[in-house]
Formats: sequence, C-alpha cells, structure tokens
Amino acid sequence: MTDWINVATLEDIPRQGARVVKTAAGDIAIFRTVDDEIFALRDKCPHKGGPLSQGIVHGKKVACPLHDWKINLDSGLAVAPDVGCTARYPVRVVDGAVSLSLTPETTSAGR
Amino acid sequence: MARMKLVLVGNGMAGMRTLEELLKAAPDLYDITVFGDEPHPNYNRIMLSLVLAGEQTVEQIVLNSRDWYAERGITLHTGKRVVKIDRKNRLVEADDGTSSSYDRLLLATGSKSFILPIPGADLPGVVGFRDIADVDAMIAAAGQYRNAVVIGGGLLGLEAANGLKLRGMEVSVVHIAPWLLERQMDEPASRLLQKSLEEKGLKFLLQKQTAELLPGTSELARDLDAAIASKLAPTEGARVGAVRFKDGETIPADLVVMAVGIRPNTQLAESAGLQCSARPGGLLVNDTMQTYDPRIYAVGECVNHRGIAYGLVAPLWEQARVCANHLAEHGVARYQGSMTSTKLKVTGIDLFSAGNFVGGEGHEEIVFQDAGRGSYKKLVLKDNKLAGAVLYGDTLDGAWYFELMRDATDVADFRDKLLFGRHHIGDSGAGGGMGDEMSRVMALPDTAEICGCNGVCKGDIIKAVREKKLFTLDEVRAHTKASGSCGSCTGLVETILAATAGGDYSTAPSKKPLCNCTEHTHDEIRAAIIEQGFKTTRETMRGLAWKTPDGCTKCRPALNYYLLCAWPTEYVDDAQSRYINERAHGNIQKDGSFSVVPRMWGGLTNPKELRAIADVAEKFNVPEVKVTGGQRIDLFGIRKEDLPAVWKDLSDAGFVSGHAYGKAMRTVKTCVGSQWCRFGTQDSTGLGVKMEQLTWGSWMPHKFKLAVSGCPRNCAEATIKDFGVVCVDSGYELHVGGNGGIKVRITDLLAKVETEQQVLEFCAAFTQLYREEAHYLERTAPWVERVGLSHIKAQVVEDAANRATLAERFLISQKPAQVDPWKQRTAGALKREFMPIHAS
Repeated sequence: MTDWINVATLEDIPRQGARVVKTAAGDIAIFRTVDDEIFALRDKCPHKGGPLSQGIVHGKKVACPLHDWKINLDSGLAVAPDVGCTARYPVRVVDGAVSLSLTPETTSAGR
Repeated sequence: MARMKLVLVGNGMAGMRTLEELLKAAPDLYDITVFGDEPHPNYNRIMLSLVLAGEQTVEQIVLNSRDWYAERGITLHTGKRVVKIDRKNRLVEADDGTSSSYDRLLLATGSKSFILPIPGADLPGVVGFRDIADVDAMIAAAGQYRNAVVIGGGLLGLEAANGLKLRGMEVSVVHIAPWLLERQMDEPASRLLQKSLEEKGLKFLLQKQTAELLPGTSELARDLDAAIASKLAPTEGARVGAVRFKDGETIPADLVVMAVGIRPNTQLAESAGLQCSARPGGLLVNDTMQTYDPRIYAVGECVNHRGIAYGLVAPLWEQARVCANHLAEHGVARYQGSMTSTKLKVTGIDLFSAGNFVGGEGHEEIVFQDAGRGSYKKLVLKDNKLAGAVLYGDTLDGAWYFELMRDATDVADFRDKLLFGRHHIGDSGAGGGMGDEMSRVMALPDTAEICGCNGVCKGDIIKAVREKKLFTLDEVRAHTKASGSCGSCTGLVETILAATAGGDYSTAPSKKPLCNCTEHTHDEIRAAIIEQGFKTTRETMRGLAWKTPDGCTKCRPALNYYLLCAWPTEYVDDAQSRYINERAHGNIQKDGSFSVVPRMWGGLTNPKELRAIADVAEKFNVPEVKVTGGQRIDLFGIRKEDLPAVWKDLSDAGFVSGHAYGKAMRTVKTCVGSQWCRFGTQDSTGLGVKMEQLTWGSWMPHKFKLAVSGCPRNCAEATIKDFGVVCVDSGYELHVGGNGGIKVRITDLLAKVETEQQVLEFCAAFTQLYREEAHYLERTAPWVERVGLSHIKAQVVEDAANRATLAERFLISQKPAQVDPWKQRTAGALKREFMPIHAS
C-alpha cells in the first residue's frame, strides 16, 4: 500500500526542469522531461551530493550541476563510466495532480 | 518479434568495435554471429610490435575475451574462414562447412601482408607481420636462428626489426627507397632515425631490391657465391637461407619478414560479386559504410571509402561508429573521411608525422635541425595554414600541429614561434615548460599526478586504458576524468595513452561536431540558424536532424546562446537550457547554496552601497563576505529560496546583478587613474565605468572580463583581460585576447586610439565580433589564436564601416539585454524556480 502525498500540479514543474520537495526525510527532486514524464529522485548526486534538482534535464537524464555527472531519471543510476546510484521515489500523475510517496523504491529498476 | 540476424565476418578490431558500438546503441536488435579465421578472440593488432619486442604478452593484448562474447549471447566461430557469401539466400559458409544465415552482413576482413612475388617467397621461414601466428613464427625463429632480414623499411618493418633485435637476432632491414619511412618522413629526419636505430644494432641496406629468396642454411649461403647458390635445387622442406638482391649480392637469412605493405583483403567480397576498387584496392562503401549490396556493410582495412583504404586505427573507429549507427537503424551518421597522423612504436624513439610534409608548389617550409641533440622539426605551410609536419626527437607538439591542420587555423600571427611549439606562443601557464617533461612522462612513477583538477595519477590512466580498453582521448576523459576539466594536461594524457594502447591515438574526424547529438560543427550550426531562420532550440534540432530528442548539456546551452546572439530582439530565452548559475542568477556552491555579487561600476563604491551590503549580510546571516579578483564584493552561502529577498534589498539600494555567474560580461577592473594617481595619464576609473555601462548584461560565448589601467604600470592588469585598455599620455592602447586563468595568455595589441569615444566603439565592435564568431565556451584567448589577430584587425581596425556596423549590432543586442534580472525576479518573474515545495 503506497501512501501518496499530493505535492504539485504538473504545471508547477517546468518542462525539462525540476522542483524540490522538502520532506522530513530530506529533499526530493521531481523532474519533468520534455515528453512530460515525471520522475522523483533523492536530491543528492551519488558523487559529491550535489542538488540534482538544479541540473539540466535532457532525455531521461539529469546532469548534476556540480561536476556534470549524468544520472538516469528512471533508474537513479549514474550513466557509465561513472558509477553510483540515487534513491528513486514512486511518483504518479492523476488528472494533472502530481503525488509522491516518501518510501523509496526498493526494487532494482534494471537499466 | 524475432530478432534480426547479424553476421560479422572478421573477428578483428574494426568489426568488433562496430559490434560494441552497436550493442551500446541497440542491445537487443540482433542475434549476432562472428566468424574469425584466427584461433584467437579479438586482440589489439597494433600491439603486436610490443609482443614481438617482449614488452607485452598475447594475453595482455586481448580486447574481447571468449567470456565477453558468451555473456552477450554472441556465437563465436574462431579458426573458421568464411569462403562463400550466398547473397541470394543470405547465407555465409565457412571452410569447415559451418554456415549461417543473415539479415545484415558486416564484412571486416581486414588486410593481408603483401608478399613480394619472387622466387622462394613460399619457403618456410618467410613470414608477413600481421597476426599472432606471424609473431609466434618470428619468436620461434629468434630462439633457434641467428640472421633475420626484414624487407621493407616502413613503420611495420622497423617495428618488426626492432622486436627481432631485442629477441637477440642479427637484423638487416632491406629497403627499396633511398631512406627509411619515405612516406612518413623527409630525408633529414629519416637519417636521424636511421642513426639511432643503427645505435641499437640494426643494419640497413637501402636502395636494394630483392631478387629471390634462397633455401638452405645461412652458414651454407655465406660460403657460396650467388651464382652457385641459385643453381642449387631447393631441398624438400628446406628453410629459407639467404636473400639475393638484383645487384647480385647475397646475405644470409634464417628468417625473412615481408613488410612491404598491406593489401585490403577483398577476396571473399569479390567472389560474392561486390564492387571493389582495383587501385588502391578495397571493398567500395558509401558514407554510411554500406556496400553495393544494401544488406552488406563493411568497415576497417578491407574498405575503400572515397578512394582511400585506411590502415590506422582512428579512422576505423570513426567508421565503426557510423556503421553501428546504421546497423542500429538510427540512420543519421555519416563517415566523411579522416585525417591521419603517424607515430612509430619503437620504445625510445619519438617520431610524429602528418599531412603533406614534402611540400611542393605553393608550399613553404619551416625547418629546425639539431643533429647533435637528435632533434628535427619540419612544418609545411600553404596559404599560412599548416599542411603537414614531421617531428623527430621532440614530438610533444604533434597533437597541437595536428589540431592546427584539422581546424585549418591561420598561423600568420604566430608563425615566427610556430616551430617552437604551443608553450612558446603565450598559451602556456600550467602547461608551460611541459616540453621537457614530455619525454620523461613514461619514466614517471605510477603515483605521479597527471591531472591536477581531478587528482588522476599516471597509474590510474594506465589501468583504465588497459582494463577498459580505451583508445581515444575522449574515452580516457570519460573513464578517468583526466584532462577533462581544464585540459592543460591533455598532452601528457595523450602520451600515456599512446604508450599504453599504441596506435594513432590522435583525434580522427576531419571535422569536430558540437557534441554527440549532432554531426554538425559549431560554425555550421551558427550559419544554419541564420540562413535557415531557425528561431528556437527545437526548430534548430529538428532542422539539423539532431540525434537525441532534446539535446544534452553541451548543445542545449550552446544553441540557446547562438539563437540569442542571432536574434537578439525576438528570441525568447530558454531557461531550462541554461546552466543553473545562469538560471538562478547566482553561483552554485558545493553545498548547494549560492553566492551573490552586486555590480559595482568600474569597481567604484560608496558608503551607502557598502552599508546596504552590510545590512543584507547581517539580515540574511551571510556566513562569508569576500572581495573578488574583479574588484567586487561576494556574499557567500545564501540559500536559493532567499535569493529573491536578498536581491530585493540590494535592488532597493540601487544595485543590479553583477553577472558573476554567467557566460557573460563580468567586470571592468580599473586603477585609480589621473584623478588621484601621480602617474595616471587618463581618467581610467571614469572610462571603466563608461565601458561597464556599455557592456553590462551582455551574454557571451564564455565569460568576458575587461580592465582599464591609467598608465603603462598597468595596475589593473589589463594585459591579461579579454579586452584591456592601457592609457598612455597620447591616448589609449587597446589589448585583446588575454587570460589569467588556467593558461595565462598576454593580450595582443589590437590598436591605439585617441579618444574615449573611440575606445567605446572599438570595445563594442570587438565584443560583437567575439559574440558572433567564437564557439560557445571558447574564451577570447583561444578564439584569437584560432582565427588569428589579423582577421580581427581586418574586421575591427582596418575597416571603419565594418567596425561601425559591428558596434551598432552590439548596441541593438544590448537593448533587451540590459534589463536587470534581479529586479525582474524580485518582481516575481520565474518565481517557482526559487520556491521549494513543502511536503506535509
């Protein structure tokens, strides 16, 4: 059973951009791709903890603003040859309303 | 849906590289079968010279182990030679009867040693130098016999000779031309090379033509004169024993290595009726690496592309990338040929050659020769552009010369220093003095730090190159970050790469695309934006067939700038294509906070301003306040959500953004000038303020700094700025293209003018030319070097009408640019950028 928290409307999140959600468990970044897909990751790059929400979103990736590591939005994995992983959070859009679960995904997302 | 079948014939470097690229692009598209006629998995053929020399083992040069194929579900047939392609039924058949059907066929059959058609060429003990079997035969011979003769004094021949010598044989190199490596070097350089190889114990027989190879033992041959020897009937199974030349001389030879060249291996393709070229040979392919049969692609040394059959690794990598793109059905890449350079892989000998080094009609030569030090450099120029280079001894600048050739850089302005290398043209700094270090780099311990920016040691680079099988500078950058930041250690990294992976590591493409999302160069894209009237990032990407849906971190900011520069009054800025600093109008710090620098015109301030800054610092608990190098005050540690409030207070006190965060005009640094200073010749502060008012707010290809010094003592350090003014009694000296960063570069003198009004006009015109011509992220220093100062003078100094037009275009673009972004955001623009969402 997932506890969904309503956090924003789709329009609140800029296309090819992100918003930060402040939670008790730390900052979570919600991304919106050019195709309006929504993803949520812990707002911390696996490299040196840079705020991923501030990066440039391109394709299904975000580039960390500190050292330009690319992180896959769908898996939280760093793009090779960099190695690392950021926690993913369940996120959904229903009738334009974006909601988030604060329990990170536990399954490996594959690639 | 059933997967398509792809068959690769030729288990070598080019074919396997194509598969690796294909698996990256489309991992699940094909069931793949690979045929190789050697009994080994894919190995690095370039390194055979080092295996022969005993510096590496066969295991060390394997690129793809058998496990690699198995893990990817690739069927591998080694030791099986494909003898037939049945194009009608789409079937290949090997010599042992194994057959495999295909939907796509990739031919990468490589090349074979050219064996001179002379009597005795088929005797045991006569080998080419092409594969592991050849090397095994040479090593075996070295253990048993004494005399080796290498026919061919080209790269391969010399590497074979060097290896055999190291294995203890007496080695003679026979060469038909008057000097060695005549296709890579001119005579003086070649003589130096010959001398140092002779010091290693090699013997050379130049201008000698081999007539036949005689059987028998060399002891026998030595006692016979040629006439008798030739009459002896070859004993059954006898081994080669001597080499006889056209002039009748005979020398003993227990091993003969034929290294007179390679020929594309097109037998299979020809038997299948695929069009091949008679001269220089090779299976014909188009720019997508497709043969005349649309189901059949080909890459590597077996290929003839636009009349050229390449035998070096870098062009093959390019071909592999393009071919994989089409096999993956992306269908956008094109191979347009490569420019190549050569290095000789003989430890202790440094040789570099590229392009047309012979010269000829319309060419000029610059030569440096120091036989005592074993150093020779020759540069060939045509129309003030570098057409070719031969370096012997000190090859440090090879990569730089290669770059100048590829980019067709006009070298007129630094021609006098060209021969002495990159670090002599002012473009030195951290890279300065590296010339001497270069030859020592391989002697450095593994713990030596090569890349200071990213803390990468020599051992890290070697390990990555070996383990990850890296061949290009870009790959080393991606895996280790070495030379990926400031780039000043690029030469060192290339040397280590060349020594570890071998081969012509140099950048191969004859043109350099903006990024991996496109085939087009910066200049092509800028021209297309104007000519085809692209008005948005999306239109540009669509119009120029971008390979990715919405670009990457390299092309998006570049396109945004190019569009803004092309259409200053109508382009709507794309905030999401800007790096965070420019999107948030502050500098992001390592903890995610921002720093704020208010503009202080010409570095002047007053008590009211300072009080306002002090108030802001206290009100927002700013942890650190610092004076910057550009004479401004920097407030550190401000949370992003506080930025609009900070800006509001600063804005109310009369400040505008200092643009300390942008690829933009940054600051005008000034000294006090004639108003106070007893040496001052002009009002440098006053002029600085006017220049800052003229240029502030302007977006640029990169950051842009200015300075005005009131006298030649130059306290404002104007001669390391992008645009610097040094006041003199009679007027103003205008200096451009300086840089105080990674690579310190002193400015070039652009012009001397008499009035402040002229300074402002020249400043506007120069700035606009830079904005319109430089590549995104190219500072004025490398731009000036790339296009040449004379080009800039022609546009800005010598042509008054053009100067006026440039200056006018700058003023037009400044109108919409000089709106304070802080004030806009204080008033609520792009509010959500700064507002976090709170999850209850």
